[in-house]
Amino acid sequence: MSGPTYDRGNRMISGCGLSAMMSLTGERVDGRAVKKSIALLHDRSNGLGGGFAAYGIYPEHPDHFALHIMYYTPEAQEAAEAILVEHFDIALDERLPTRPHPAIVNPPALMRYFVLPRPLLLQESGLPAEDFVLQKVMKINAEVSDAFVFSSGKNMGAFKAVGYAEDIADFFRLDEYHAYIWISHGRFPTNTPGWWAGAHPFTLLDWAVVHNGEISSYGINRRYLEMFGYQCTMRTDTEVMAYLLDLLIRKHRLPVELACDVLAAPFWEQIDQMPEERRALYRTLRQVYGSALVNGPFAIVFGRQGEMVGINDRIKLRPLVAARKDRNLYLSSEESGIRAMCPDPDLVWTPRAGQPVIGRLGSDVVVGEPGFESAAMGAGAAGGVA
Amino acid sequence: MSNGNNDNQKVRSVHTARHARTPLYRPHDFQWRNLSDRCAKCKRCVTQCGFKAISWQDNRPVTDSTKCVGCHRCEAFCPQEAIVIEPNAQYLKPHPLWTEAHRKNLWLQAETGGVLLTGMGNDLPYPVLWDHLLLDACQVTNPSIDPLREPMELRTFLGRKPDMVELEWGESGPRLATTVAPQLQLETPIYFAAMSYGAISLTAQKSLAMAAEELGTMWNTGEGGLHEDLQPYAHRAFVQCASGRFGVTSDYLNSGAALEIKIGQGAKPGIGGHLPGEKVSPDVSETRMIPVGSDAISPAPQHDIYSIEDLRQLIYALKEATNYEKPVSVKVAAVHNIAAIASGITRAGADIIYLDGFRGGTGAAPTVIRDHLGLPIEIALAVVDERLRAERIRNQVSVIAAGGIRSSADAAKAIALGADAVAMGTSALLALGCTLCQRCYTGRCSWGITTQDPALTRRLDPYVGSQRLINLVRAWSAELEEILGAMGVNAVESLRGSRERLRAVGLDEQTARILGVKPAGIGA
Repeated sequence: MSGPTYDRGNRMISGCGLSAMMSLTGERVDGRAVKKSIALLHDRSNGLGGGFAAYGIYPEHPDHFALHIMYYTPEAQEAAEAILVEHFDIALDERLPTRPHPAIVNPPALMRYFVLPRPLLLQESGLPAEDFVLQKVMKINAEVSDAFVFSSGKNMGAFKAVGYAEDIADFFRLDEYHAYIWISHGRFPTNTPGWWAGAHPFTLLDWAVVHNGEISSYGINRRYLEMFGYQCTMRTDTEVMAYLLDLLIRKHRLPVELACDVLAAPFWEQIDQMPEERRALYRTLRQVYGSALVNGPFAIVFGRQGEMVGINDRIKLRPLVAARKDRNLYLSSEESGIRAMCPDPDLVWTPRAGQPVIGRLGSDVVVGEPGFESAAMGAGAAGGVA
Repeated sequence: MSNGNNDNQKVRSVHTARHARTPLYRPHDFQWRNLSDRCAKCKRCVTQCGFKAISWQDNRPVTDSTKCVGCHRCEAFCPQEAIVIEPNAQYLKPHPLWTEAHRKNLWLQAETGGVLLTGMGNDLPYPVLWDHLLLDACQVTNPSIDPLREPMELRTFLGRKPDMVELEWGESGPRLATTVAPQLQLETPIYFAAMSYGAISLTAQKSLAMAAEELGTMWNTGEGGLHEDLQPYAHRAFVQCASGRFGVTSDYLNSGAALEIKIGQGAKPGIGGHLPGEKVSPDVSETRMIPVGSDAISPAPQHDIYSIEDLRQLIYALKEATNYEKPVSVKVAAVHNIAAIASGITRAGADIIYLDGFRGGTGAAPTVIRDHLGLPIEIALAVVDERLRAERIRNQVSVIAAGGIRSSADAAKAIALGADAVAMGTSALLALGCTLCQRCYTGRCSWGITTQDPALTRRLDPYVGSQRLINLVRAWSAELEEILGAMGVNAVESLRGSRERLRAVGLDEQTARILGVKPAGIGA
């Protein structure tokens, strides 16, 4: 932590396309529709990375942390599994099911573990179970070279590889999984060593983030996160997005709407015009979380259990389109991507800069959809520049 | 030839000099020439010279070149462009070790037996690390942002920040539950460094105060107290409490927007303020609460601070005295163990740490101290920011970088290294007309800046002076916006501490490592 920043790993920057869908009623569908959408956005990626996150896919192990780990060497697997065995009760360990695909070459060993922290160790640590898991995930990713935990949430999973997203869907047999949230990503990295762990989504516990853009504030976002013990090991700027969400929403207990107003903060000009109570809140958010402002172009979609959120940077430098059909919410880089998942949407709109679109399980209202008014927050509504 | 008795090259005598019968040869610095064919004989040069170097003899200006300090006041006010000031061309055989400056200083000391004094910042050619750092810009993969067409935010808050924001839920949604320590709101991350009334004229200080108010930034009283004429601007002032405690009263502390405990100054680490008696006018005497004409040499340490726990007591004494309504800044010179010192200051309860690098200016300091003690601000800032982050207390304190900030580029690089804001002293004086002649300690400043002679101070109109300062800070701020835009960010907090956007050119690996900056050529 105290070392100079000079020798920290390189990171990659990227363009990309993204598509996502959510059933607000929790109805689970297989991965074919989202695959069709991200396949349509083929030209937004360049075959150097793609991936998916799916929520609700492990109903048979809903309370276990599902760890997806990739290993490039048997030694890495041995070392990582030693850490797992030491700290966790492992209910099930198995190979991640895959189907050989000509376009997916040289895959690492891919394993899946359903685990719970060992009760005694958890108690000794004094940590909530989530932090315990987080710590061990960070430990493996930082300390075991050639082993990467790329998914660690409950009843959800991330699947990612080097290749085009539609081929990756086939490789991971996503037509066999059923989820109520599907988030997908096709990557256009502008420099890359063909790095499986560097593909999206980035996950941490049950957070999954996909990102189109480049975080111009990466340097300070990363240093800020390091103050809270997060270590950036994935060599990409999107990683900080996942950690910021974890910090703001899980650790600091900010509502998702306010966390979005930290990542894409309203301008001072807007804050100065707010009523006193809200002005005090937003002024303090910017004072305290200035280093968590994510600056530069981004469109992101992130999910967690029961929630899917799409948001743009504060001046909308990347595309993001949203749509509703019945009780389903769709997000994509392009309207065409939405119509690939849902040919006749009831409503299609372009979210304004910095204004989050939030779908919640069991709620028929989508935050940020046209006509949505929130007395409670409204910062998103105020956010962004016309 | 020098008579060895130059009024304008003062020393501080600690014992009576034993005068030799024959003075030493000591060539003066400048050659002053009057182009007689152009001279209109208006005598303006005679009246403009604050150092009394020019007299009128035989219907022409005659100059005692030994007294000329090269401040260019006469030249600037000559309507005929009839004055030429050149380096003294008298040939002194060059020597790489025994430079002219070394020889001149040595001769002066041989004659006077005193400690050499000087003014302004270190003028030796130590490396300037700012000039080895380059900022990043956007191309293709991320767009630059056009500051002429998009909002750009420089607003900066100084003060202690909590680790997190806590909420309580009211009927109308979440409300702020966290009580935030007092904050100073600055509309640009640039403010004016401490320069006391005494060291500078009241007209100069009023220029700073008026500009700070107009700009929405801060000025700083320095250790000379607050003159009653500047009370209306106190709500934009740091009021300083230094080792001499000049002018420190309860009213004084409560009149400022923030308090500053001055432990040290970059130009003279380890020693106290130094106001020669020549500058202690009746008005200065009243404001400082000291006798007219007496040297005001502040104690080297604060005599109630011999340790970090003593500092904590003074910080809290000041907070008590001001009802915990004002942030307390602690100003320290950059010295070799500055990272640990800054950590201690933070834990002692300071809201702001003001780091003053070794190139910082001064009204008067022993030359040997100014030129040979301390650390570059670039290094001090880098190690302090890194240390506070490693200890996870960076949010508890704002860090100010000062001591030789020459341009908006220096400011941007300082912010990228981790500064919350920068302070400008010398730059502000340059904006008021200073030409960096380094004779502030004589009290004869021809430009009316570092003098208390009413005939000289009235040369500086605070309305004009403040306008120049406003122009300068607005120009720097506009340039900062250009830099932010080119880097693809639209708020200064996205540059602050983002060393990833800096690259080192021509620095050795160890220095780059200490700065936390990658060498140029290493990509993302």
